[in-house]
Amino acid sequence: MNRASAAQALIADEMIQTAEIEISETAAVCDPLGALFLPQSATLIVSDLHLEKGAAFARRGMMLPPYDTAQTLKLVTAVVSRYRPACVICLGDSFHDRQGAAALPGQHQEQISNLMAGRHWFWIAGNHDPDHPEGLGGDCVSELYLDGLCFRHEPAANAAEAAGEVAGHLHPAARVVRRGKGVRRPCFASDGQRLIMPSFGVTTGGLNLRNNAFQGLFERRRLTAHLLGRDRIYSVPFDRLIG
Amino acid sequence: MNDDSGKKPASAETGLPEPFSGWFGKRGWQPRPHQLALLEKADAGSSSLLIAPTGAGKTLAGFLPSLVDITLKEEKRKPGAARSSARQGIHTLYVSPLKALAIDIERNLATPVAEMELPVRVETRTGDTPQSKRQRQKRNPPDILLTTPEQIALLIASREADTLFDGLKFVIFDELHSLVTSKRGHLLSLGLARLRKHCPDLQTIGLSATVADPEALQAWLMPQSGSKGANLSERIVVEGGAKPQISILETDEHVPWSGHSARYAMADVYQAIGEHRTTLLFVNTRSQAELLFRELWRINEDDLPIALHHGSLDASQRRKVEAAMADNRLRAVVATSTLDLGIDWGDVDLVVHVGAPKGASRLAQRIGRSNHRMDEPSRAILVPANRFEVMECQAALDANYLGAQDTPPVGIGTYDVLAQHVLGMACAAPFTADDLYEEVKSASPYSALEREQFDRVVDFVATGGYALKTYDRYARIRLTKDGTWRVANPRIAQQYRLNIGTIIEAPELKIRLTRHSGRGTNVRGGPVLGKVEESFVEMLSPGDTFLFAGKVLRFEGIRENECIVSKGGAGSPKIPAYAGGKFPLSTYLADQVRTMLGDPDTWRALPPQVREWLEIQRQKSVLPSRGELLIETFPQGDRYYMLMYPFEGRLAHQTLGMLLTRRLERARARPLGFVATDYAMAVWGLRDMGLMFERGELSLAALFDEDMLGDDLEAWLAESWMLKRTFRNCALISGLIERRHPGKEKTGRQVTVSADLVYDVLRSHEPDHILLQATRHDAASGLLDIRRLADMLSRIKGRIVLNRLNRISPLAVPVMLEIGKEPVSGEAQDDILAEAADEIIAEAMGSG
Repeated sequence: MNRASAAQALIADEMIQTAEIEISETAAVCDPLGALFLPQSATLIVSDLHLEKGAAFARRGMMLPPYDTAQTLKLVTAVVSRYRPACVICLGDSFHDRQGAAALPGQHQEQISNLMAGRHWFWIAGNHDPDHPEGLGGDCVSELYLDGLCFRHEPAANAAEAAGEVAGHLHPAARVVRRGKGVRRPCFASDGQRLIMPSFGVTTGGLNLRNNAFQGLFERRRLTAHLLGRDRIYSVPFDRLIG
Repeated sequence: MNDDSGKKPASAETGLPEPFSGWFGKRGWQPRPHQLALLEKADAGSSSLLIAPTGAGKTLAGFLPSLVDITLKEEKRKPGAARSSARQGIHTLYVSPLKALAIDIERNLATPVAEMELPVRVETRTGDTPQSKRQRQKRNPPDILLTTPEQIALLIASREADTLFDGLKFVIFDELHSLVTSKRGHLLSLGLARLRKHCPDLQTIGLSATVADPEALQAWLMPQSGSKGANLSERIVVEGGAKPQISILETDEHVPWSGHSARYAMADVYQAIGEHRTTLLFVNTRSQAELLFRELWRINEDDLPIALHHGSLDASQRRKVEAAMADNRLRAVVATSTLDLGIDWGDVDLVVHVGAPKGASRLAQRIGRSNHRMDEPSRAILVPANRFEVMECQAALDANYLGAQDTPPVGIGTYDVLAQHVLGMACAAPFTADDLYEEVKSASPYSALEREQFDRVVDFVATGGYALKTYDRYARIRLTKDGTWRVANPRIAQQYRLNIGTIIEAPELKIRLTRHSGRGTNVRGGPVLGKVEESFVEMLSPGDTFLFAGKVLRFEGIRENECIVSKGGAGSPKIPAYAGGKFPLSTYLADQVRTMLGDPDTWRALPPQVREWLEIQRQKSVLPSRGELLIETFPQGDRYYMLMYPFEGRLAHQTLGMLLTRRLERARARPLGFVATDYAMAVWGLRDMGLMFERGELSLAALFDEDMLGDDLEAWLAESWMLKRTFRNCALISGLIERRHPGKEKTGRQVTVSADLVYDVLRSHEPDHILLQATRHDAASGLLDIRRLADMLSRIKGRIVLNRLNRISPLAVPVMLEIGKEPVSGEAQDDILAEAADEIIAEAMGSG
């Protein structure tokens, strides 16, 4: 069960079990498809879409299948129609490289425009896509403050900025082993203060939450991984995870 | 060039020209008939396959035609004159499956070349050859180049290929039987087709152990034209020397019902080691090697020098063992298949084979390791690890005496390998599709390739071969106006060179031994003990202990790409085994075992306790005849069991188990799980399947119908990790996914992730994609053994014997003992997540 098969077999909205959490006292909903919803302001957050990743590789000589963008957008469409947000935040690395938006095939351009219609749309600048996506609407910013939370692509190293931060970039994934069998899934990672989003794009990999890259970002005693299951979120404390 | 070469007459005594005749004479040697025969056929311009057992002087025979040809041509030249202009490049290529073998041969050739003062320059070229030497070899090639299949692929794709190969006269393939059955062999066959294009008259010499189908090898050595029957090379066969003396270990110990350790026999084996000069102990898996090595040392009261050798150990450690072995400093080596091939060892006078040999040919090869002189009989002892293995050993023993062979077939050339080759050929020079198609078809594994499939492979190489054509502007090779395909830019050729070859290592982590730091794993440094599969490490939690390199190690954690361990003390390891190196039972041996089972007259050769076991089975249940499939059902505890004994090997049984449980589920028999061994398979569930058969609620014929390999297989494959693993290999070999970027090497970990994602995307969008075709093809013969399962299903049609029992039968005991040892199977991944989440629900933050 990964992102690509999730796009293939979408589960009906009423069957979904979300996880309701608080980030620095702001209520938030973790959706099993990997999106975060803030009921207070009806804002939907998706991170690390990596659109046109296949094309980016093809430009460098690796002919990965050209279907990833369509699938990722299908998932975005599903969560947008599930929550009908007033505002959408794409939390950076929305495109896999700088050329991605400019070379985006017409039908996908149109699809994104349709998703934007009637709502605010923010592109947070990421390391893969530091500029406003060429030819697309919405606002491009490096940081955004909303509902008492701060949205940026890369988590800040400075501990003072951790409270209320929602970031992406690291593609957190967690691993659980029971009865000699391991399962690894993308996850939301939060200690109640900061939240790091799972990557949303269908061909993005994950980084184990126990990896050094996460060191110092969370208070580990309170850190929980909210793993993406087929139709529900599985919440597992950090010390139960396998490296 | 052939007729006017001014040959000296061959000496009447030896049949060889000078200086060869004199050299043989001085040493008191007579050239062997097959050496002369090969020389004669080469002289007549023919290619040959030489089949000979170990120790027959195969290698020297292979090189004689080259050495003679070069020497005579050079002698014709006036002293001091420039080298003949006809040949600037390589005269003879020697291709070996192992680097070590090429280096060994260089040493072995040095003596005759030096003593006869032959005007021959011999050099090796492998992955380890320094860049400067490789460059020099391109500018100033040696007469004889000893190399590996991967280097051939690199050389024919280089711009210097013309000058290197236009004067090529001979290509010698050593251990051809082991080269041709893999994708490596497919790539090499395409390389040979290209060499032939450079030099249409080149002659091939194949050196091989005895094989089941020599004609396939003879065809492999020759260019095929498709229309007529296969074009075959000459064949020279050397009959085996003295018959090996093989016995099954006689023991007073109880032979276990199940398991693979053969620990019960170690006292007997130790005694045998003590009675011989040097013993080679072959086992089938690395974990077995580790376990037995430890057991032997536990009882090694005389402190005999006993060493361990397997592929996961660090190379320096292996080299040490090999050197000690060559100097006769060891009394025994416990080894896996890493020692199977080629290299000469010291005075081994006993081979002990622990566990069942799994194939008669493999056994013959391994036994050939002892007494490397053809005329002395080899001594070997087989040590079965359990009762079924006793029967298998007996069958293999019969087979060795009968000379029957079960080497795997050459196989049909795969698309992923072809894709790699097509890109390589574009890197060498522009090609037209028509020409390259004809060239590829001349290689025997590809002789039946359809033009349409070839064109799809070319399309794949260019833009990925997708129905959605969005990558045209990024194409790697382009069709130009003159009708030739060319690489789009030089970077593509550079990438190609970095990704060459067909050997895909399972992702592995280095094992580094550090001091136990008590808290955390921040101790740096420490020696690398070897490598272990990533999938094994992923199952470990910090604090777990396991056996490696003869030591009990404590797992501390993963740091970057290293598995950090500390010494784990003397207790027994918590996790005893890690996978790797399991061979399926060969079809031939399986048939032998089935025959033996159905024919009590053959039991006389078996030890009394095994005979007794079969006798009781005959009384309590039935013994199937050779062509039948026996199915037993019985209750045990609160479960109902269905046992079957197809003897088709663990892989085929596993696939059967997956498919049968799906069917049983649909029939509401409520299956819970299954377990497969090499010999048998058990399914258990909540309903009495025997009763269901009896009442007609379940039909045996329908359950085992061949249509199981249709939709059920397809549905199961969709989620099978085995197919993903196979796909990953195809994606890497075909160049869809790169192994290495210039400058930064991907770790296996990263590659696995992206290959799985690509696989899922492809499956949902282009189920007919050429790489998925390649993957299914591999799965059919490889990991899933579907072909074998299909053969079995058609064989047992109408010949299923059902026996409903009240209790477990003797034959069922071994497989029943395996239940519970296997990890939970299959697809219930979300269950595991739920378990992990619910277990800690009280503590869980949020409201899951």
